[in-house]
Amino acid sequence: MGCFILFFFAIGTAVDYLYLDAFTPAGPAFPVATVLALGFAASTTLTAYYRGADMILASLGAEKLNLQIPEHRELQNVVTEMALASGSPMPRIFVSFDPAPNALATGTNEKNAAICVTAGLLTLLNREETQGVIAHEMSHIRNDDILLMTLVSVLLGGIVLLSDWGRRGFYGSQSGRRMGRKSPLLFLPLLLLIALSPLIAQLLAMAVSRQREYLADATAAQYTRNPGGLARALERIRDGAMPFSKASRGTAHLFIMDPLRRRLDERSGALADLLATHPPIERRIALLYRMAGIAQPIEDRSTVQGSNVQRVQ
Amino acid sequence: MIFVLWAIIFVVGIWIISTYNGLVALRLRVQNAWRQIEVQLKRRYDLIPNLVETVKGYMQYEQDTLQKVIDARSQAMTSKGIKETAEAQTALTQSLGKVFALMENYPELKASKNVLDLQEELTTTENQLAFARQYYNDLVTQYNTKQQVFPSNTLASVFKFQPSEFFSVPEAETALPKVNLSLTR
Repeated sequence: MGCFILFFFAIGTAVDYLYLDAFTPAGPAFPVATVLALGFAASTTLTAYYRGADMILASLGAEKLNLQIPEHRELQNVVTEMALASGSPMPRIFVSFDPAPNALATGTNEKNAAICVTAGLLTLLNREETQGVIAHEMSHIRNDDILLMTLVSVLLGGIVLLSDWGRRGFYGSQSGRRMGRKSPLLFLPLLLLIALSPLIAQLLAMAVSRQREYLADATAAQYTRNPGGLARALERIRDGAMPFSKASRGTAHLFIMDPLRRRLDERSGALADLLATHPPIERRIALLYRMAGIAQPIEDRSTVQGSNVQRVQ
Repeated sequence: MIFVLWAIIFVVGIWIISTYNGLVALRLRVQNAWRQIEVQLKRRYDLIPNLVETVKGYMQYEQDTLQKVIDARSQAMTSKGIKETAEAQTALTQSLGKVFALMENYPELKASKNVLDLQEELTTTENQLAFARQYYNDLVTQYNTKQQVFPSNTLASVFKFQPSEFFSVPEAETALPKVNLSLTR
């Protein structure tokens, strides 16, 4: 959080210095851009904290449950069960009417947490598998992942916006006469900052998210005492995956499985380890099966596929 | 020298307060978890007459089994204490499982929306009961462990904390065949 505000301070000061000639007699008496950037940072942070969950839910088109629909009633029952198993209060439940199977948890603490699943997930999974997914989301709530992830989501949006703004200002004034008067060395850090900041922020979100996904899988197994349910759910989600149109780069790390369906998530290796928002799905499934006592060699796709056959029978 | 003595007394005092408060907090959480179980039990008692009433018309030849469920329910309702309740609940779970297994033989029963709704209600109640019990037992383990390990056991015995009882599952239930109550999709 502090880093976030400091970062905005640096950008604001740099913009002041380079474009507006502040801190010199000729420029404005007041560092306008610094104050603006700081104000923007503060308001984004506050908004992220108080309204972040609702903003994320609204961006996904999440709607309240309709208890007339049997599937929704079943979902509510499953969430109640998992709230009991984890010993936390009942979260708010939302459904997003989208065919892509996915789920996420958001909120700032366990009292105002919310779980959102897609309609696709409800039709694709049976009760046991839904239970595994909900247990995974409850684990995010209980392990205090949701606050960080929600904040990162909203702040990431802010940073991307600001860096776009800075970049445009920079290229736009390339031909301007102001540039000539300052040493080009001064531009380098600003340029780097602007170019790399979204990447750095995203790397941070991803690193946090990937470790927490493993932990949430393990905690889910502890709640349901049934790691096989979540493993089968992940298999079905993997096989039935399609891009979730309403998810964006800012919200991707919140989901149980990468909604943007980037190739990286299916690979393993150093680069994928660095850039993917989610750990390799095969590895997660294999680890869950191992917990269930059905040993599976990790990174071997053929045997994991073999278990699909078992499931169908 | 005096200073060191005071420092030791201070540290020990802090330890006593925090350990005592930790034990009390755990005891309250155990009690709260037990109340959660009671809520589920109450819900189960309320649902069973509904189930029996609904399936009675269809299951002409299974009156014995249904009667057993009703008996088990009334016995469970009068049971007192954690151990007795746990035993009565096990009997009830078994007789209910038998009814669910028998329901598979009546296709017209599975086609009725009423029955399906009721079945989902009972499934979730059974699950909630199981999860509430699991959470309760986890807490009891934590609480009892804290009372028995050194050094917090000294405090526990001075302030007379009692170990809590597990809501245990007797051998009979673990030997039961698994009945999957969910509807395949």
